[in-house]
Amino acid sequence: MRWFAEWLDSHAWSTALHESLHMYPIVESTHVLSLMVFVGTLFMVDFRLMGIAFRNMPVSELTSRILPWTTLGFVVIVSTGLMLFYAIPVRTYHSIWFRFKVVLIVAAGINAWLFHRRMKKKPVIWNDDPVPPLHVRASAAVSVLVWSCVIICGRMIAYNWFDCDKQQPAWVQFLAGCVPEDLIH
Amino acid sequence: MSLYDIFDSLERGPIGEAIRTSHWLFPVIEAFHLIGLVVLGGAVLVVDLRLLGLGLTKQTIARVTNAAKPVLYCGIAMMFATGIPLALSEMIKLYYNRSFWVKVTALAVVLIFTFTVKHPLIRRENTNRLVLFLIGLISMTLWFTVAGSGRWIGFSS
Repeated sequence: MRWFAEWLDSHAWSTALHESLHMYPIVESTHVLSLMVFVGTLFMVDFRLMGIAFRNMPVSELTSRILPWTTLGFVVIVSTGLMLFYAIPVRTYHSIWFRFKVVLIVAAGINAWLFHRRMKKKPVIWNDDPVPPLHVRASAAVSVLVWSCVIICGRMIAYNWFDCDKQQPAWVQFLAGCVPEDLIH
Repeated sequence: MSLYDIFDSLERGPIGEAIRTSHWLFPVIEAFHLIGLVVLGGAVLVVDLRLLGLGLTKQTIARVTNAAKPVLYCGIAMMFATGIPLALSEMIKLYYNRSFWVKVTALAVVLIFTFTVKHPLIRRENTNRLVLFLIGLISMTLWFTVAGSGRWIGFSS
């Protein structure tokens, strides 16, 4: 994986994007605005599934009418996220925050996949219930919690506390996959 | 006492001082500011999409607005609770930051617009559909301006 990050880093466009006066901030801001659309709409569906908001509306209406906007936000946030990685590949690859974030995104994906699989298997008899069954509420709460942690980790990537070019404890070096040549002696 | 003096004394206050001298307080509060953004943005989008004739179209506009209100208030509260401490830690930087002024102006306008125009006109049952559409468009544009210029505070100087 490191070679891949280095290969991206060798691209002239990667450097150009990173050093661009306007493009990098524009991509970064688009990433944040699409976060608002993606996780914002997702949270509204999750809040309904948790039984804490939109309780007087059928669950199916939120999932069918709001989730397409979530998908749209997802497409934009992944595209801009890949561009941000492309701009600063090696440092981001070694960032423990980025690594946590990727793991958490996979966890959120698995949680959503398990939920949809269960929805398909069993008929949804709680569609109009103000407060859905416990397993539904739990699944939605996990979604809110995990995505919140994704946001926190994402924000922390910008800070260099755990970067490989600083003296780091062994566990950080291990998690970040630091290689000796990165260290400034 | 000039506006600059007010900003200066606010920055010197205990909250600003505590955040400035900490390595992790600013980033952590900032991260929760983003979580607040998501809650607030979600509540705004559900209503504004409905005003544009998208999203929860089987429900009346008033019903969607009322259902989203607790989430909207919760989001606004989260944003102020995190945003004010963040601002207090760097008042002088913000004083000279154009994006900050764009943000607070758009924020003031959208809050006044929401409570004096948007919500009252939605409550009235005979409001013209085109007017409602425009309200959704204006509200969404203003909120995106607040969010975008907010992010831009960190880039501009």
